[in-house]
Amino acid sequence: MIEDIAFLFEEYNILGAFWVTVQLTFYSAIGSLIWGTILAAMRVSPVPVMRWFGTAYINVVRNTPLTVIIVATSLGLWQTMRVTMGSDQFTTTHFRLAILGLVAYTACFVCESVRSGINTVDVGQAEAARALGLNFVQVLGLVVLPQAFRSVIGPLASVLIALTKNTTIAAAIGVSEAALLMKEMIENEADLLFVIFGVIAFGFVLLTLPTGLILGWVSNKVAVKR
Amino acid sequence: MSTVLYDNPGPKARLRNHLYTVLFVVVLALLLWWVLAAMDDKGQLEWRNWEPYLGGTEAWETYLIPGLMNTLKAAGLSIIIALPIGAFFGIARLSDHPWVRWPAGVIVEFFRAVPVLILMLAANIAYVQFTTLEPSTRLLYAVVTGLVLYNGSVLAEVVRAGILSIPRGQSEAAMAVGMRKGQLMRNILLPQAVTAMLPAIVSQLVVIVKDTAIGGAVLGFGELIAKARPASSFYFNVIATLVVIAAIYIVLNFILTSFASWLEKWLRTRKRGGTSVVAGDWVEEQAPGIHFEEGESGYSRF
Repeated sequence: MIEDIAFLFEEYNILGAFWVTVQLTFYSAIGSLIWGTILAAMRVSPVPVMRWFGTAYINVVRNTPLTVIIVATSLGLWQTMRVTMGSDQFTTTHFRLAILGLVAYTACFVCESVRSGINTVDVGQAEAARALGLNFVQVLGLVVLPQAFRSVIGPLASVLIALTKNTTIAAAIGVSEAALLMKEMIENEADLLFVIFGVIAFGFVLLTLPTGLILGWVSNKVAVKR
Repeated sequence: MSTVLYDNPGPKARLRNHLYTVLFVVVLALLLWWVLAAMDDKGQLEWRNWEPYLGGTEAWETYLIPGLMNTLKAAGLSIIIALPIGAFFGIARLSDHPWVRWPAGVIVEFFRAVPVLILMLAANIAYVQFTTLEPSTRLLYAVVTGLVLYNGSVLAEVVRAGILSIPRGQSEAAMAVGMRKGQLMRNILLPQAVTAMLPAIVSQLVVIVKDTAIGGAVLGFGELIAKARPASSFYFNVIATLVVIAAIYIVLNFILTSFASWLEKWLRTRKRGGTSVVAGDWVEEQAPGIHFEEGESGYSRF
C-alpha cells in the first residue's frame, strides 16, 4: 500500500491540487467575510431598502445550490457573456470565476452568523454608544461588531470548514483542485480506488479538522463571558 | 433588536435616510440596467430565448420535469436511508461504553470532514468495479450513497443534539421511577428528541436537495442542473435556462426553509409538550471539531 501511495504521489500532482484547494478557500474566505459583513450591516441598517435588499439576497442565493451558481459562472458569465475576469487563460479565468461563485454563496452564511452575533451583544452597549452621540456606522463599527465577531468565531469557523469542502464543486467547471484530480486518478487507476479515496479524504480531514479544533479553542478563549 | 442600534429617526435623520434610500435605489437600478444591457448586447433578452419555458410545455416535459423528478428521487431516498443510520450513530455516540462511543465518533467525524463530492466519486467507481448496474441506475446509487454517508453523519449529530436538548428533569424522573437505560432512551428521550429535531431535519433536506446538484454537474446524474447543457444547446438560451433552473431550486428550497422555521416557532411556543428544539440553522453551524455544548444537557450518563 505504501508503494501505491508513493506511486500516486509520483504520477500525479496531489500536493499541487490541494494547494489549489487551499488557495480557493483562502481567497473565497476573505471575499465572503467582507461581502458577508456588508450584507449583515445592510440587514440591520436604518434604511428600509437596504434591509430589504439584504434579506432578498440571502433568501435567493442561499436557496440556490452552489453547484448551480458555479456552473452559471462558467456557462453564463464566461461562455455567454464573455466575462473573462481579466485573463485570457482558461485556467485563471475559471479559478477566478469559481472564487466569485464561492464568495457570492458563502457570504450568505457569513452574514447570518454575523447577524446572530450582533444579537448577542448586550443591548446596554449599543444604548451607551448612542448616548455618547455615536451615529449608526460608529455604533456598529466601533462598539457592536468588534464584540459580535468575538462571539461568532465558532460559527464562522464552521462556515470556513464548509467552504473548504465546497471548493470541490469548482471541479464542475474544470478548476484543477483536489476533487477533479481524484476524478482523473480514479478513472485511470480504478484498481487503486480505496488508496486514492484514502489519500484525498485524508487530505481534507487534514485541512478541516485542525481548523475546527484550533478555531473552536480560539472561540472559547475570546468569548465574552456574560 | 436592530432598533437598538439607532434612535427613532428625527426630521434630520429621516431626511438623511430618504437620501440614502434614493442613492441606494439609483445604484441598484444602474447595476440592473448594466446587467440587462450586457445581456441584451448578447441577445439574451430576446423572447426566442425565454419562449421554450414561458410560452410552452415542451421544454418542461423534455428537460426540466424529468430533471426535477430525479432531484426529488435522489433527495427523498437519501433522507429516508440517512435517518435510521443517523439515529443509530447518534445514539451510539451517547453510549456508556467507550468501545461503542469511540468508533461511532470517529466514523461520524470522518464522514462530516470529507466533501460529499469525494464520497460520490468513490461510490460511483466502486459500483463500476463491483456491480453490473446500468449507468443511469448506477449514477443514482452513487449520488444517494454519497449523500447518505455525509448526511447520515450530520443527522447523527442532530440526533445527539436532540437527545441532549431534553431537560435534565426528564431523565432524572425516569431514573427515579426505576427505568433502565434502554427504557429511558426509548420511552422518554427519543420521542421528545424526534419532535425537537424536526426543524433541523427539514433544514437538512434543503442541504440534500442542493447537494444532489453536485452529482448532476460532476458525475452526470440526470437531475435538474445536468439538464442545463442539453437544454441550452438545443434552444441556444443559456441564461434563460440557468435562470429558470435556479428559480425552481429557489422556490423548492424556500418552501422547505419556511416550513422549517414555522415548525421551529411552533415547537418553541406550543402549550402542550416540551419546548426544546434543535433549530434549523444549527445544522449549518456545526462543523467537525466544533461541538454542541453538553454542559446544560438533560442527558446524563449513569
